[in-house]
Formats: sequence, structure tokens, C-alpha cells
Amino acid sequence: MRAPDLIRFARDAATGNPLRSSLLVLAMAIGVAAVVVLTALGDGARRYVVNEFSSLGTNLVIVLPGRSQTGGFNPGSAITSTPRDLSIDDAQSLLRASAVRRVAPLTIGTSEISYGGKLREVMVAGTTAQYIDVRTLKLAQGRFLADGDWRRGASEAVIGARIRNEVFGAETALGQLIRIGDRRFRVVGIMASTGQGLGMNTDEVVFVPVSLALAMFNSNTLFRVLVEANNREAIEAAKTQVTEIIKLRHEGEEDVTVITQDAVLATFDKLLGTLTLAVAGIAAISLAVAGILVMNVMLVSVTQRTSEIGLLKALGATGATIRSAFLTEAAMLSLAGAVLGYLLGQAGAALLRQLYPVFPAYPPDWAVLAGLGTALITGILFGVLPARQAARLDPVQSLAKR
Amino acid sequence: MGKALIELSGIERIFYLGDSEVHALRQLELRIDPGEYLAVMGPSGSGKSTLLNLLGLLDHPNEGTYRLEGRDVTTLSPEEQARVRSERIGFVFQSFHLVPRLTAAENIALPMTLAGIDPAQRAVRVKQALKDYGLFDRASHRPNELSGGQRQRVAIARATIMQPAMILADEPTGNLDRATGEEVMRLLEELNSRGVTLIVVTHDTVLGARARRQLLMEDGELIHDSGKK
Repeated sequence: MRAPDLIRFARDAATGNPLRSSLLVLAMAIGVAAVVVLTALGDGARRYVVNEFSSLGTNLVIVLPGRSQTGGFNPGSAITSTPRDLSIDDAQSLLRASAVRRVAPLTIGTSEISYGGKLREVMVAGTTAQYIDVRTLKLAQGRFLADGDWRRGASEAVIGARIRNEVFGAETALGQLIRIGDRRFRVVGIMASTGQGLGMNTDEVVFVPVSLALAMFNSNTLFRVLVEANNREAIEAAKTQVTEIIKLRHEGEEDVTVITQDAVLATFDKLLGTLTLAVAGIAAISLAVAGILVMNVMLVSVTQRTSEIGLLKALGATGATIRSAFLTEAAMLSLAGAVLGYLLGQAGAALLRQLYPVFPAYPPDWAVLAGLGTALITGILFGVLPARQAARLDPVQSLAKR
Repeated sequence: MGKALIELSGIERIFYLGDSEVHALRQLELRIDPGEYLAVMGPSGSGKSTLLNLLGLLDHPNEGTYRLEGRDVTTLSPEEQARVRSERIGFVFQSFHLVPRLTAAENIALPMTLAGIDPAQRAVRVKQALKDYGLFDRASHRPNELSGGQRQRVAIARATIMQPAMILADEPTGNLDRATGEEVMRLLEELNSRGVTLIVVTHDTVLGARARRQLLMEDGELIHDSGKK
């Protein structure tokens, strides 16, 4: 039988029983759509996290006190295991490194803000003027903290958009005096609203000069030092230099952890990539179920068409011809199901994107290809048994059936 | 005597029903020459249908040899037998056996489609067949839109489209009224007059009497052969 005839024959056979065929196509479509939508969700989550991390700032190297990895024996660690403070001086000294462009120390604590009789708990971030550039944040009004001696600071505060709304309401916030803890600050700037994000949300933060924040929390150690490398290529150099400088200042003990944004990103990327893969695997189970359905439907079809198969044999069809006719039918139905499922899945992903615009729910190409491929392979694989059964039918008995 | 079309010798066909053996055909010896017109008659269960299936290579004997055009076909592989069926044998069934989803033209073309004949040639031959069997205005009708007589004409057209050496007809008029049955028989006999060997299985004695040679079967045995010399 010629290939076009085979395809036409299989198509006619499939459309000859619309209910059976559409059920089969639907089952396959659901399987493929599940793969497409679920991987879109998984990969969307990955992209979302990656984007959020990227928005932390560019070419970022982060220094945190304490060592999270052992770096071999060191005389210092024999004497003490308590990490030294990561001081403002330490942070400032990092500016000497050639690969470093900007440095912003950061200390975090909670306190209360009060204004006009209103009291609200807030997160207080102590930092310097460079922070806004390092984190690539935007101001809505006024200016950020003034540049100057890191160890002294004017009593100025920059407040987040939500704080501004809740504390000041319709009033003008700029230039007002507020109380944070037991100190008074003048509001010099208001951050632009950033909305929900994975990184630190600046909407509910009050920025004050780092020295004042440390004094307020009665602490000597910084929470983080954010270091911006000159460019992407300089990130590794910046990391080495930063480590060296801190080590020198801390009597040769490497008691800080220096992480690069890329490393954090890579970890999340890998983690969520694996998650997507797992989700795709679960969705693929529905394809296996669809495959079993293909087999059953095709077996029923063989039974229903027994006399036709007998006739084809009488008319000179070989077992191979009948086998390929049934296999072609199974493959065509699977293909139709796969294509329909792909469209459904893409529509579902598009709907998700419509409902949650911040969530980039695009199915990854590999998942789409794998989904379509698995659908076809299961369809054909599970079509083999019915096709073989059809080819093996005894023509005399088949013809006797009406 | 010229070359025989069919030579059966020592054919045995045994069916097993539970633990009892049923001899559908016993020690059958038969020779049919090209162009003969045979009627195989006998009561039901006499083995006439089994004989027809055997002649059509749909069934295999347990014993004996079947030579078709001088070639032993019992030892052929299933694929080769399918080819012999395709090229040398045409079937006409009592219940027509048309494929319901295909049009009359497509049903007629089916053996050629299965044999892989190219579409242009198929179209020419189907057109000729439609004309020959008076089905020209029924070409695109499906079997359920055709009358019984038309259906059987489609079936005959299908059986002859590959220009076989013989036509095997199993009760070809069984599902038709007298007038259409007569018409169908005339078509088959006309084919025979053009040299195609025609073997008709029937238990209708009137129909059987039209054939030039009658075989009478009973309990799997050939009890009468009017052409035996």
C-alpha cells in the first residue's frame, strides 16, 4: 500500500468513528497540555526567581560575617571560632580593591517609627549613599542618604512608599521629623514603590545612615557588605580581592563568607530547573495513561472492525499492510492529540500569564518537544499490540462476523 | 487436456471442537480447468464454504496439496499467499462486505489501493468498472445509500478490478430478491463467458443448475461431480 493511501485509509478509519477517535485525541491532548502547563509553571517559577535575583543589583558580590565553609587549617581558628565583627572600617577598606566600583554596608534591624501620634513597626536598614546605586533602586521623591563620612551620619531617613502612605497619609512627608526608636530623623527622601519582590522589599523599609543604625541596635557588626564589581568579568577578581583584604584586616583569618550573585543565581536556577523536570515527569505519567487508553481504544477498534480486516485480507492485504494501517491510525490520533494538547497547553500558559503578569509562565522548548515526542512514542508503542492483533486475525472467522 | 487452473489432491481439513474432530473436508480430489463455471452445492455443514475458503487461500488444508496454475500454493508464506489472492482471486460474498465508510468508487478501488497501484491507473480502471456495472452515477455514494443489487454490483466490480483468474462467489444472491439476484448472476456469467473461472457456492438448486458443472458435497466429501470424466 502506498504511503498516501495508507494515510488516507487510516484517516477515514479514524473519522469513521468520531466518538472513539475524539476520546482518544482528548486523552492525549490532556496529557500533553498537562506537560506544557506544568512545565510552564515550573520554568516560570525559575525565571521569576532568577529575574528577582538579577534585580538585586548588577555584578554584585556579597560579604557576610562568619564562615560558612571551612577553608583548611588556620592559626586563627585554633584560638577562636567566634568571627570578628564585620565593621564599617572593613567595608570602607574594600574600596581599595581595584576590581571594586562601589561598596555599600548594610545593617538591618526592626524598630518603631512614630509621627504625629502614629506608631508603626518598621524594618530599619542602615547603609550609605552608595546603596541606591548598588541595588539600582529608584527614588520617588527627594534624595537618598547624603554621601559623607561613613562613621558619622546626619539624622536623615529615607522611607519606603508604603511607610509613607501609612504614616503620613495625605500629608507631605518630605522634610518632616519622625522618631525611630529613641532618635529623631528628618525625612529627606521617599523610595519608589517596588511592589512584591523576592529581594528585600523597600516599600516597608526606612533607610538611615549606617553609623546611626549600628548605634541604635547597639551593634558593631554589619549584616552584609554589598560590593559592586567593575563589570561582569571583574566579579571573580573582586571576590578574591575582597577576601584578601578582609583576611588581612582580621589577622589572617578568613572569617567572612563572600558570595557572588551568580553563585546564588546558579543554585536557584539548578534547584528550580530540577523542580520543573520533576513536575514534567509527573505530567508525563498522564501521557502514559493516555497511551494505555490508545491501546484499549485501538483494541476495541480491532474487534469492531474484525470483518473489515477479514475482507482486507481476502482482497490481498498482507499482515504487514494491516499492521501499518492500524499503526498509522494510532500515530495520527496521537499526533492530533499532541497538537491539540500543545495548543491547549500554550493557551493555558497564556491565561496564566494574563492572570499573573509578573509570572513568566512560558513552557520551555525542551518540555514541549519532550511532551510531543512522548505522546507520539506512547501512541505508537501502545498501538503496536492492537495492530499486531489485527494482522494476526484469521480471515475465515473474521469474514464470518457481521 | 490443457493445463489445469486448480488441482486439489488428498485435501483434508479437520476442525477441532473441544476434543472431537470434525472433518470438514475428506480426501478431496478436484481438478478445475481455466474458464470453467462450477456450482458447489450441498446442505449446510457439508464443507462447501470450507472448500471455497481453501480455494481462496483464506484457509489451509491439514493434509494434501493445492496447486494453482501449476504452482503448489499450500507451502507459500502468508505474504506470498496474500499476493496470489490479490492478483489471481476475486471474492464475492453473500453479505457484500463493503467497507461502510468508503464510497462505491473507493470500495471498487480497494484491492488496487492495497496492491499499491498508482492512483492515475486506479482512477482509469475504476471509471471503466463503474461504467461496465452501471454504477457511474453512484460512484460517490456510500454502501448504505445503495440498494442490495447495487451493493453486490460494487462487490463484483471490486472482485474483478484486479483481473483475477477466478471468481469465488459464496451465495452471491443470498441477500437479494429474485430479480436482482438474476441480474447479479448474469453479470457473473458474463465474466465467465470472457474466460474467468467462476466458482459459485450455493444451496439453491435452481442457481446451481445454471452452472456447466455441479459439485455436490456432503459431510466433507464430494459425492457427485457432473464434470467427472
